[in-house]
Amino acid sequence: MLLEKVEEISGENLYACYQCGRCTAGCPMTGEMDLMPNQIILAILRNDESVLDAKTPWVCAQCYQCGVRCPKNVDIAKIMEALREIKLRSNVNYIDLKKINKSYPQIAIVAAMRKFTG
Amino acid sequence: MEVAYYPGCTLKTHAKEFEKAALKAYRAIGIELKELDKWYCCGTVYSLAKDNIMYKVASVRNILNAQKEGFDCLIVLCSMCYNTLKQAQEFIKDESNLARIKAFMDEEEYKGIEILHGLELLKDKMEEIKKAVKKPLNRKYAAYYGCTLLRPKSVAIDSYEKPSIMERLIEALGGIAVEWPLKNECCGSYNIITNKEIVVERVRHIIENARQRGAEAIVTSCPLCYFNLKECQKDVKRIYPGFEEMPLYYYTELMNEAFNGKFDKGENNNGS
Amino acid sequence: MKLSMANLIKVKIIMGVNMTRIGVYVCHCGGNISDTVDVEEVAQFASKLPDVVVVRSISHMCSESGQKAIIDDVREYKLDRVVVAACSPQFQGSTFEKALVKAGLNPSMVEMANIREQSAWPHYETPEEATEKAKVLTAMAVERIRRTKPVEREAIKIGKNVLVIGGGIAGIQASLDLANAGFNVFLVEEKPSIGGHMAQLSRTFPTEDCASCILSPKMADVADHPNIHLLTYTEILDISGSVGNFKVRLKQKPRYVDPSKCTACGECEKVCPVSVPDEFNLGMTKRKAIYLPSPTAVPHAHVIDENACLGIVPLRCGLCEQACEANAINYDDTPKYINLDIDTIIVATGFEIFDASKKPQYGYGRFQNVITALELERLIVEAAEGHFIRPIGKDIAFIQCVGSRDKQVGNLYCSRICCMYATKLASLLKRADPSRDVYIFYTDLRAYGKGFEEYYRRAQELGVKFIRGRPGELQEDPETKKVIVRVEDTLTRKIIEKKFDLVVLSVGLVPSKGTLKIAEMLKLPRSSDGFLKEAHPKFRPVDTPIEGVFVAGTAQGPKDIPDTVAQASAAAARAMAIMNRGELELSPIKAIVYEEKCDGCGECIEACPVDAIKLNGKARINAAICKGCGACISSCPRDAIDLKIFSNDEIMAEIEAAVKNKKEGEHRILIFADDMCTYTLADGVGTSKMKYPSDTFIIRVPSSSRITPKMMIKAFELGADAIFLGECEEAVSPYPGTLNVIKENVEKAREILKQAGISPERIQYDTFVTVMFPKFVKIANKLHEIAESEEISKEKRMRLREIEVVR
Repeated sequence: MLLEKVEEISGENLYACYQCGRCTAGCPMTGEMDLMPNQIILAILRNDESVLDAKTPWVCAQCYQCGVRCPKNVDIAKIMEALREIKLRSNVNYIDLKKINKSYPQIAIVAAMRKFTG
Repeated sequence: MEVAYYPGCTLKTHAKEFEKAALKAYRAIGIELKELDKWYCCGTVYSLAKDNIMYKVASVRNILNAQKEGFDCLIVLCSMCYNTLKQAQEFIKDESNLARIKAFMDEEEYKGIEILHGLELLKDKMEEIKKAVKKPLNRKYAAYYGCTLLRPKSVAIDSYEKPSIMERLIEALGGIAVEWPLKNECCGSYNIITNKEIVVERVRHIIENARQRGAEAIVTSCPLCYFNLKECQKDVKRIYPGFEEMPLYYYTELMNEAFNGKFDKGENNNGS
Repeated sequence: MKLSMANLIKVKIIMGVNMTRIGVYVCHCGGNISDTVDVEEVAQFASKLPDVVVVRSISHMCSESGQKAIIDDVREYKLDRVVVAACSPQFQGSTFEKALVKAGLNPSMVEMANIREQSAWPHYETPEEATEKAKVLTAMAVERIRRTKPVEREAIKIGKNVLVIGGGIAGIQASLDLANAGFNVFLVEEKPSIGGHMAQLSRTFPTEDCASCILSPKMADVADHPNIHLLTYTEILDISGSVGNFKVRLKQKPRYVDPSKCTACGECEKVCPVSVPDEFNLGMTKRKAIYLPSPTAVPHAHVIDENACLGIVPLRCGLCEQACEANAINYDDTPKYINLDIDTIIVATGFEIFDASKKPQYGYGRFQNVITALELERLIVEAAEGHFIRPIGKDIAFIQCVGSRDKQVGNLYCSRICCMYATKLASLLKRADPSRDVYIFYTDLRAYGKGFEEYYRRAQELGVKFIRGRPGELQEDPETKKVIVRVEDTLTRKIIEKKFDLVVLSVGLVPSKGTLKIAEMLKLPRSSDGFLKEAHPKFRPVDTPIEGVFVAGTAQGPKDIPDTVAQASAAAARAMAIMNRGELELSPIKAIVYEEKCDGCGECIEACPVDAIKLNGKARINAAICKGCGACISSCPRDAIDLKIFSNDEIMAEIEAAVKNKKEGEHRILIFADDMCTYTLADGVGTSKMKYPSDTFIIRVPSSSRITPKMMIKAFELGADAIFLGECEEAVSPYPGTLNVIKENVEKAREILKQAGISPERIQYDTFVTVMFPKFVKIANKLHEIAESEEISKEKRMRLREIEVVR
């Protein structure tokens, strides 16, 4: 089930979330997201698999602003990683390696490869 | 004073000037940055999946190797490398984790090594810095930390809501540090590869905010923030024609400028 | 009295003086016991036990006739102690103690064998095992009562002096209740005026009464009451002693103004050259060095702040004295040191608001338009008087849960009053100017009290906008200085970004510095939220674990005014209950030092978790402070300390009776159960008819810390196969600090078992609360498994005897 997998990969207790919305309020990427971070958590708690098709985890920049502000100490960045891993581990790449602009700094390329490839 | 120094891949290529300036600037206040004999790519960004050991091997190997070379303190200049290495260090503080991951490398025991970011070294060196200043900077700078220096809490080099290290450095160099709310807002990071439009929006937001608070330039410590902020300004200008470009500096370049009286850019290498 | 021969099993005629003569009564409990346990067999078995003179088997021991049988037998057969094999001592123990008193015996001389909750009920499926266990339980009770010594109940004299610490609404209410009942109250307040935080409020929810208007009459009553000695501007230097005998040292700071002469005309203020921030208005306005603490201050007199004043000794200014027509100013005033003899104490030291600068993302202290709710209260009160301290504006936002329900600042609790006070403040602002746009950004809207939900509804009707979402951070517009709030409206899933003229932080409550100071002085434990801990969360909400010390108001936890007043009256009533009769009877379960054995080494002093022991040549125990846990016993190298009831001899006798005489293949598992939690839990398990192995024998103790390593090893020597020590969880334990002692004792005993080649796993310990039924059953099963897995050989048990066990 989705919730179990996410809890296992992230190590976070999603039930602690009481939907206060502070993570979303602080997240810099919400403008590009279809589902907000706290909505993602709610969807996972309801085992709603459609959350795996959301744009949100792929836009997350792992800036940790959510986890550092959460009043229940839930690290939402880890939950986003878990969602990405679930998709990537089924041998799917989010980006096409051939299309990467190689003139960009290594840290960007390495990071993108780690986050977006299976 | 001599300290072990971990450059990371980007500082040797894209951000050459960051390193060149750093070696010169730190030397001027009496700190010799001695590069590690053997180092590997740190494997940024840190993998947050609890069960993913392999992604952490690269970082841990670097830590153990630095120890093998006999150092008990390691300085990192690249913010992203710092964040990754520091989080990896937290990971191996747990004995069972260390045991599992050592199976994948030759390196020996872990006795504990202090990992510091370059800015942390400067915390207590303000007097030396002030003395070394030949020409005070006299300009308004916005200190941009980005996310990796301050979050998560276990790696933060300063208060994650109200940091002041870079501001104090700027003031010690004779500049004016501007107070602005987006100093720890994420630039978009690796999204530059996949979703450049997002980063463009972020960059515009950050630069406009800095400008609104009176900044004339932005100072940073992260090569990716530097790259994002620099690269995307042309795109911002394309979409928002009234946009004015904002100059960008690494903090070590600023130090050099203040110490030498002129701006020493070094080579600007865009090749890989 | 004619004795019924029907239920008489045996009467043994024994001659001789000073002999122990025990009566054993086996109860059928109307079938509850006798349906499973063969009570006749148990009675027959009991009749063969040593010193047993009378045995009866009766249908309902607790009934009139059952008790009468005891009383009559005591008289007829000169019994000096009684065993009742029936239900749990927690159930009917006091019934039989009273029966003994009626029969002329000391109430300590009865012991109950719990053959209902611990045999008939849990083992209802195996009647033979239940009967065998009932026999052993009866033997345990008989062997124990043979060693019991009659304990005289000690009483101490207690007077009528009460110290109330803190002059807020809780302290005021408690003082008035006590004073009206005829007790002598010393009300100590560290500020120059009483009233606390309530005096700073504008209106109170949900009725919107003016706070000062309803508080002032009570404050005036306090000042006038002949039974209340009001000591303001006074700090507590030291409190020592125990209930009925507290010694309190106070220091009353010099006011430099005589309250009996001062008319509060204010002429002195006009000429004073020094201006400092006014604490009553939270620093938003200024006051002079000589000032009236607040418009409603009691005592209603000025006071000189000697830190702000230019100088009193030597005198640098002197303008105020010249201006004073009442001649009330006295520069020669000095601190007064006061010593009081106090019988009971009520701690009402109150709260402080959460320091909002600890949440830097909200900009408190940096942004001029971000204020706290308490500051807003003062703004509203001052505005009503015509003083406009700062503009409030049109667009106002309240942010809830600032400093509460927030792991990032370490305050996990809810502060209870913020949802309501924000609703109140928002309503007041909206009513004063309907063109205002007022938002409340909440996480949960908690309107739990009387009239609260209705008040919330009226606020919504007034047009206050309630948005469910928690803002991450605030930003300041550099030109207009308006505050930008970015928040997700979690109910519409949209992100809102709005500019406000004023943002009010609904700050939570934290324990005041005074509360922390008194907690340390009196050694009062604090709960995990930092506030003072009550003796029992349900049944003793205003008692502290220290006898004679009570707590009232927000010092115990965040609460609103009605709850504070209720608690204050409750604390006053509790104090009255123990002072009323002039005498306080102490529990007989206390530690005792056998002076002939004591060599004054002092080890027990450190072991006692409540500091009840002092060294005066020999160790001396203060019975008023001693809680009777027995943690001191394992610390004494000379066996000089024991408990008066649940003594070493009694417990060892129970242990021996439990483990010896076991048949081939049988096991004996001993569970030492603390009275408050584990024993109650075991009873509950039996009552629910949950099954566990019948070779488990439960021995009741006040605290498991009284079981020494020596006793544990002796138990194994004699035949025990596994031992378990059960104790209350810290949060509900009446004895602080016993868990460490238990842990140490178990470790020591385990070491010795290892030396003899016995698995240290056979001794275990854990904590419980009374509802953990499955945990108890699990442990009993586990111990049974451990016992079954391997037999302890006779040689190993003999080996234990050779190892020296130092307490």
